[in-house]
Amino acid sequence: MESILLLAHTEPDGSLAKPALEALTAALSLGGSLTIGLAGASVEPAANQIAAAGATRILAVAGDAFAAPRYATDAAAAEALCRASGASLVVAPSTSRWSRALPGVAYRLGGRVDTHATALAEQNGVLAVTRWFYRQRMEAVLTRTARPWMVLLDGGCVPPWSGAAGVAAVEPVAVEVAAAATRTTVSGTRSPEAGEQTIRPDAKLLFVAGAGWTKKQSDGAVHSADAETLILGFLRASQASLGGSKSLVDLSGEGEAVLRFMTHMNQIGQTGATPRHPKGLSTCCHGEEPHAVGWRFIGERRAINLDPNCGWARGKADVLYVADAFAVMREVNQLLAG
Amino acid sequence: MTPVHIVVCGSIVPDPLQTLEPIPGPALKNEMMLPAVLDPWAGHALFEAAHLAQKLPGSKVWLVSLAPKAKLQQVMMTVAQKVPFELVALDGRASGFTDSFETAAALAGAVSGIAGLDRQRLLLFGGWESASRGAGSTLQMVGERLGITEQFQGVDQLTVLADGALEILERIEGGKHQVSVCAAPPAVLGWATGHLPEPRNNPQVGMVNMRAVMPALQRGKPAPIANAGLAFLSVNLPRQQRETRVVKDLPADAIAREIVAWMREE
Repeated sequence: MESILLLAHTEPDGSLAKPALEALTAALSLGGSLTIGLAGASVEPAANQIAAAGATRILAVAGDAFAAPRYATDAAAAEALCRASGASLVVAPSTSRWSRALPGVAYRLGGRVDTHATALAEQNGVLAVTRWFYRQRMEAVLTRTARPWMVLLDGGCVPPWSGAAGVAAVEPVAVEVAAAATRTTVSGTRSPEAGEQTIRPDAKLLFVAGAGWTKKQSDGAVHSADAETLILGFLRASQASLGGSKSLVDLSGEGEAVLRFMTHMNQIGQTGATPRHPKGLSTCCHGEEPHAVGWRFIGERRAINLDPNCGWARGKADVLYVADAFAVMREVNQLLAG
Repeated sequence: MTPVHIVVCGSIVPDPLQTLEPIPGPALKNEMMLPAVLDPWAGHALFEAAHLAQKLPGSKVWLVSLAPKAKLQQVMMTVAQKVPFELVALDGRASGFTDSFETAAALAGAVSGIAGLDRQRLLLFGGWESASRGAGSTLQMVGERLGITEQFQGVDQLTVLADGALEILERIEGGKHQVSVCAAPPAVLGWATGHLPEPRNNPQVGMVNMRAVMPALQRGKPAPIANAGLAFLSVNLPRQQRETRVVKDLPADAIAREIVAWMREE
């Protein structure tokens, strides 16, 4: 039986976000002895939030030096928590913060790391991690003998832990922050120049725009401005998250007069993100393999396309509407506004 | 401004448009026959490195690549025409099924062996994830092995400020960038897409690069990756097929009503 450390960083308000609670669910499902390690400026709210989770110990590295996501201090905190716990298996959420820091920590500990895990379970008597390779094109199950073994779990793969809050006893773990560890200062966050937030990881719906929005329409003209209005109107009304096909995003990068709010960060597929949403609506795209790959983790999928023979008709969407996306989305926006 | 030494770690991957099929090992079916390209995000890192080196006279760019020599040579015929760099080749598997820990050890050894590299002015670049393993863990371990604790991942922008500090934009959750300022090199930067288009082929750059590329390939040392302690229990292609309902000849307003009703379903 593994001794398990659930490693989580706290949010600015001291609580744990959904990815950390999902990782907690995964850690608890393994059934070993569980220690929880918390890092951040403040950890009490997080400790109380998961007080009823059944951890044998809650360790914490806390202080202002650990408030901002920064490799040197995050790695120092994680290393100290791992050493203090003595865990053979470390489970953590695949947040940008831990994805940056934990591989280096695995090296410091002489361990190994696997990222983007989608499942963690015992198979034939050994602990095994499921993850995708070649940009989500093949799925592998692997196991390791080296310990400690760090596993970063992708978001949306298991339900977040929920339970009553309580009052937890926290064991502080001291970490000395050397001056060299603060050579980097984090000054904040910045939204893309496009200005409007179009990426919403927790949205129920992923709206995917394909290059068809920027092509000549039935009247022989390009209607980029209409496309922008329709798509942004839909995103505002539905609070959906926006994804783009590679072809459309590349057009934007090449400076063509296309959808101005579309950046490389919206790209889904082989060289883009692979978000997880319960539902997805694809518009004006053909669903070739690189694009369909981006839909692999979408629950219910519908598509609007003028081409009845497109890739979506070959078993990738639940419903394919053979129709003009401009006309349909105009009607959808009216219904949502009403 | 002070020149920098930029080492880009980047390997090759199968052309994204190729159909891939796993075979026992694991490996890819006909792996050596598949057309290969420079790993896309490592390519962005290389182009950003060349752009930065051009802005800071006296700077130099190395590309450290662990891949089968023959395939690497083919890819270099194209990549070498893009931007100036010096190749450091390691002869080994470029498979997605190799372990990042051992890969990092091989890469760190190669970086340490670069003659004339000023480690105090070192910027270690690479893609934040490969298109093969996609782990996003190799660069951090290379950095650790080289003693570099200023590390950034998902980088889209690097600006050298007037005082020599580095302002870095990293991708974080919610489609935002985290803005950090690193006092000075050395630093590790795992690049996402960046802001630069792929440079056009420049035959003159290609000729200069290729004079050094061929000897570098010949000098390339074997770098076996044993995958010690790592076992793959299964590798499979996804088989999921959906029963698609194709809806034709339905007016736009009727489709819209259906879509909105579907969106509102819990």
